[in-house]
Amino acid sequence: MNRGRLGSWIIILLGVMYFFVPLLSTFEFSLRYLRGVYSFEAYRIVLADPRFGATVTYSALLAFATILVGIFLVVPTAYWVQLRLPGLRPVVEFITLLPLVIPAIVLVFGYLRIYNSSSILPLTGAERTTDLLLIFSYVTLALPYMYRAVDNGLRAIDVRTLTEAAQSLGAGWPTILLGVILPNVRVAVLSGAFLTFAIVIGEFTMASLLNRPAFGPYLQNIGANRAYEPAALAIISFAITWACMGLIQVFGRGAQGPAAGAH
Amino acid sequence: MTFLEIENLQKRFAHTTAVEHVQLEVSRGEFVSFLGPSGCGKTTTLRIIAGFESPSSGAIRLDGVDITHRPPNRRNVGMVFQSYALFPNMTVAENVGFGLKVAKKPAAVIRHTVEEMLNLIKLPTLGSRYPYQLSGGQQQRVALARALAIQPQVLLLDEPLSALDAKIRVSLRNEIRSIQRELGITTIYVTHDQEEALSLSDRIVVMSEGRVEQIGTPFEIYNFPRTSFVASFVGTLNILRGQVADPARGKILVDGQEVMASRGLEHARVGDGCSIALRPEVVSIGEAAEDGNRMQGTVEDVNFLGSIVRIRIRFKDNAISLDTFNNPRLSLPQRGQALTVSFPREAVLALEAPSST
Ligand SMILES: Nc1ncnc2c1ncn2[C@@H]1O[C@H](COP(=O)(O)OP(=O)(O)O)[C@@H](O)[C@H]1O
Ligand SMILES: [Mg+2]
Repeated sequence: MNRGRLGSWIIILLGVMYFFVPLLSTFEFSLRYLRGVYSFEAYRIVLADPRFGATVTYSALLAFATILVGIFLVVPTAYWVQLRLPGLRPVVEFITLLPLVIPAIVLVFGYLRIYNSSSILPLTGAERTTDLLLIFSYVTLALPYMYRAVDNGLRAIDVRTLTEAAQSLGAGWPTILLGVILPNVRVAVLSGAFLTFAIVIGEFTMASLLNRPAFGPYLQNIGANRAYEPAALAIISFAITWACMGLIQVFGRGAQGPAAGAH
Repeated sequence: MTFLEIENLQKRFAHTTAVEHVQLEVSRGEFVSFLGPSGCGKTTTLRIIAGFESPSSGAIRLDGVDITHRPPNRRNVGMVFQSYALFPNMTVAENVGFGLKVAKKPAAVIRHTVEEMLNLIKLPTLGSRYPYQLSGGQQQRVALARALAIQPQVLLLDEPLSALDAKIRVSLRNEIRSIQRELGITTIYVTHDQEEALSLSDRIVVMSEGRVEQIGTPFEIYNFPRTSFVASFVGTLNILRGQVADPARGKILVDGQEVMASRGLEHARVGDGCSIALRPEVVSIGEAAEDGNRMQGTVEDVNFLGSIVRIRIRFKDNAISLDTFNNPRLSLPQRGQALTVSFPREAVLALEAPSST
């Protein structure tokens, strides 16, 4: 028994090292901007760079838009599949998993061919419409996570009976979706939203090839030209991602009460 | 006068016919139960009335208006589910007021009605609780209040007590009945529990395999079951098989002993096989009154059930159970002892052939 326990400790230790050694090394490296002393000089320079603020803001805005479009697309779909088309579930699940299988680079080349400025729908012709295209591509990228989160949330409540109860009380579809279903999958939608946020903030391929000023390309640009700042940026984006995960936990816990689902 | 009319309803699913030729007329204020074993089509019929399923054929009329194809949210029918189906994100008061809010009633009206409803279900102080903070029985009462708050024309309940434990089931069913009487609301109540149906209903619709077996008052259903299915599903029953000896006089031979029935042998011929049913409580030990039936048998088993003693008596191929009240002054018969039992002619139910053949 002792040897078994020792074995598991070793495995845990290896796992922890696998994750934390690179992170700690990056962090340590990011502090060595000034020769001979540890300092946050690299962070100061990064945060002072106006492009940092601009790209983070841009990416954050796109992330919010992505989340909104994603919720609008996924919640009614997952709801309807669960309520009326349970036979279609495997098909829908397969479709939502496709973005994990098809590389982003393939997607974006597809976009560039279909929506280029000489096509019927020249979305890449103007900056605003390119933003639109970027949002839609992010919705696609986040689809596996968003769909799974929402679908799990819907499974935890008795969708059919709640729908019928609301119907018999006179509610139409908008009221049922917004007033009954959505509030009861709030936690699931939020966790899907934070995952989406984390994905969009760090995304490089789409933004770069569509030539938009997002945080991912900025990160790459700094990384190619500077020494210490990229390390600081990497730590910052880790912090953002972790903050998102933390928020999922907080909201998940806060929802032990009313929105915890059917009992 | 007919208030709710169910006309020749049929519902086919891909592989089953869930409901077949269901025909029923319910008067205003009546309490009607659908009673039958699981899978007999009770829920499907109820869901068609509520509008959650559309029938393959047939029609539903409510107060003279054909609502067969009206969507459920425009039917004004209240529904109570077995699983309560309260909205978990809303307080008790919000749940009860939901239908009124949907109907865009003024806030003051909603507040007033909610208060009234919470008083009706005797939970006046729990308005700000969430459903998960209530017991099952309380949740179901809230669900009832929610359904009644919109003043539906018909109240539908689908096995509302099945998820509760026995004590609460009895008290809540009495409460449902008294609220129903107070409001005079036309009610359809689905259950597989014969005791519930017998104790609550003005009329019972006994169903089996998608069809209506019999419609009648609890008294009629219990005392004059028309088919062997009804007879055996409602109450405990002795079924005796014999041959018709004299159809005109209602004489039947059971294991060589004569039994006289009071009715139901009009279409039989001498020598036909037939079944009769006897409730355990109509059979007594000893000699009968003059025109009663008497049979001789052997005591096979004696079961002490508290206030009642159930004794099993075997003739030859047939056996019956009889119930007597426990009386400490009388000695109980012993197993193996020969015994004469008797029962009145009127208690002999000659059964129709089962409807499935
Ligand atoms: N949506 C459905 N699809 C297919 N068959 C169904 C469906 N709903 C009910 N059934 C079938 O119809 C029959 C009656 O079901 P139901 O009305 O639920 O019975 P009960 O409520 O009396 O137990 C059953 O055989 C059931 O399997
Ligand atoms: Mg049922």
